[in-house]
Amino acid sequence: MPSALAAGVGQFLRRVGTGTVSVVARLGFAVRFFVAVLAHSPGAFRRIHLTLREIYFSGALSLVIILVSGLFVGMVLALQGYDVLQRYGADESLGVLVALSLVRELGPVVAGLLFASRAGSAITAEIGLMKATEQLSAMEMMAVDPLARVVAPRFWGGVVSMPLLAALFSTLGIFGAYLVGVRLIDIDAGAFWGNMQAAVDFRQDVVNGIIKSVVFGCAVSLIAVFEGYDANPTAEGVSSATTRTVVESSLAILALDFVLTVFMFRGVGV
Amino acid sequence: MSNAAPQTAPTRATSAPEIAVELADVTFGYDRRVILQGITMAIPKGKVVAIMGGSGCGKTTILRLIGGQLKPRSGRVMVAGQSVPDLDREALFEMRRRIGMLFQFGALFTDMTVYENVAFAMREHTDLPEELVRDLVLMKLHAVGLRGAAQLMTAELSGGMARRVALARAIALDPMLVLYDEPFAGLDPISLGVVGQLIRRLNDALGITSVVVTHDVYESLKIVDYLYFVSEGRIVAQGTPDEVRASGGAYVRQFVDGEPDGPVPFHYPAQPYRDALLVHA
Amino acid sequence: MNRATLDLWVGLFVTIGIGAILFLALKVGNLTTVGSPPGYRLVADFDNIGGLKLRAPVKAAGVVVGRVEAIKLDHQTYQAVVWMRIDRGYEFTADTIASILTSGLLGEVYIGLDSGGDAKMLADGGKIAKTQSGIVLEKLIGQFLLNKASEGGGK
Repeated sequence: MPSALAAGVGQFLRRVGTGTVSVVARLGFAVRFFVAVLAHSPGAFRRIHLTLREIYFSGALSLVIILVSGLFVGMVLALQGYDVLQRYGADESLGVLVALSLVRELGPVVAGLLFASRAGSAITAEIGLMKATEQLSAMEMMAVDPLARVVAPRFWGGVVSMPLLAALFSTLGIFGAYLVGVRLIDIDAGAFWGNMQAAVDFRQDVVNGIIKSVVFGCAVSLIAVFEGYDANPTAEGVSSATTRTVVESSLAILALDFVLTVFMFRGVGV
Repeated sequence: MSNAAPQTAPTRATSAPEIAVELADVTFGYDRRVILQGITMAIPKGKVVAIMGGSGCGKTTILRLIGGQLKPRSGRVMVAGQSVPDLDREALFEMRRRIGMLFQFGALFTDMTVYENVAFAMREHTDLPEELVRDLVLMKLHAVGLRGAAQLMTAELSGGMARRVALARAIALDPMLVLYDEPFAGLDPISLGVVGQLIRRLNDALGITSVVVTHDVYESLKIVDYLYFVSEGRIVAQGTPDEVRASGGAYVRQFVDGEPDGPVPFHYPAQPYRDALLVHA
Repeated sequence: MNRATLDLWVGLFVTIGIGAILFLALKVGNLTTVGSPPGYRLVADFDNIGGLKLRAPVKAAGVVVGRVEAIKLDHQTYQAVVWMRIDRGYEFTADTIASILTSGLLGEVYIGLDSGGDAKMLADGGKIAKTQSGIVLEKLIGQFLLNKASEGGGK
């Protein structure tokens, strides 16, 4: 019946409309939230101990997973890379391959994804639970702004931890590649390090990698604190907020990586 | 202060003592849902007043309006002579430093010890040296009987103990007004008695005003000076404990006696039973 | 977790993190060379730069003395204009020859500088007059085939 079909289509369009409006509204709320967090950041730095505590929880406690993953990624890169390079007699460029892959891309991106899953979800769950148990409300009623005391330290803790973790990931990866390439496969150590040093430029590669990891750190930390603060104060609300953090952070990292790579590495190889 | 002579609700115009909290014809709601309508209450300084009603009738909303966490759609909310919805951020935070709030189930900060929870407001809002803070915290904990539990983490506390710590935290800065959100919820009989006594004794000893939102009739009648009954967003009854006990109002009777059916119906609105059963024709 | 332990762990974490960044900068990257005072520029025109890329090395006697900074095309002469940044401490005569060479047969392309005997040295922004273009493989092969064809036809 045409009227039923029209009603169904109308309802679908209405849902799409309200859905889009709510997404856009949420995005606007997120931006306002971000500005508010930045505005309250001086409070977080005045009580530097709070931020240090968050650096410990986001960064130092993520060390194990970052270091171990970095080591394994580097070792696998070396194995696979050697397999391909030695077909073209370029096995002495293994160091170059591993170093550039890690420093430019894998270090910031993979460390970012691991950080989002481990620390990002923990931050969201923590803030969400504080909201659900009315701790944030209690703080407000005691005239202490939860943005300054709870949210901003966690945000900056993540921003500071990310580049350090990415650098550690890359370092362990290169070390892992060294173990596999030089110790296991018997590539010349001098060629391994020498070619690597010649090919990896500080400003172009290392600094760009650090810039990427800082950007990722900001994105993941912001998403984590926002989802926690905005979570429904119930068990399901907190759990779905945690999942959203991991998903949104991962997508944001990959999308930002693409954008940054285009801008940073456009001129290479001209 | 005694309940010897039953009085009607004190108004500002008479010789009544200073009014700590006043709500005048307050309406509040979200979008189309109206939660409170025409709420008018005056809470004199130094008294313990209970706001009672069934779950979800808007009692906690009244507390949030007093504390400035919500703004009314219409009407006045005055605390210590100041209109709360009109306060700017600074002034609101100033005001909140003089109000203590006890949340349902405590809302203690879970990543701190009992000591740190009580010391929180002092450390945030004053520059007192640590020795002084320590003395104050121990005094507050002693007042609620938990001085020995100062180093415990909040997770190690029983429900009753957590509630008492939250009470100590609420009075940490010697507020002029303390708001209690369901302080008796989920407590064993001993803890019920303890919390009730603490609310009364602290109110009198510190000269504060207390607003208690609860549905525990027994405990409330023991300790409060005045009661308001809220049902479906309106005040349906009010009076001193003696007036309430003697009241003939249908709602008050159903509430106080705990009758399953009355002005608050037992059955959720539905079509007639007979028609529902005979649906297959 | 008291403050002292916490501060210790955070300090440790930040230290090894910065250590990793330094490692990447110095051992993996080329920060030491970048840290030295910036060099001076020389420019040379080539008919064809072959496979020369940006940041390709500039070598003299096989030693890296600088990098290719910019490659442009001159509108009027239709020659490639190559700007090189040479490290301070290396000076080249005015009659230096700049050639585009390949390391090995199919290796990376670089600029080789051969100093001459002139007393005058090139200054910042100086132009290298004598250049030798890079080999373009197709042209080489075409040349070879042409030679072969004319040889065969001549017989």
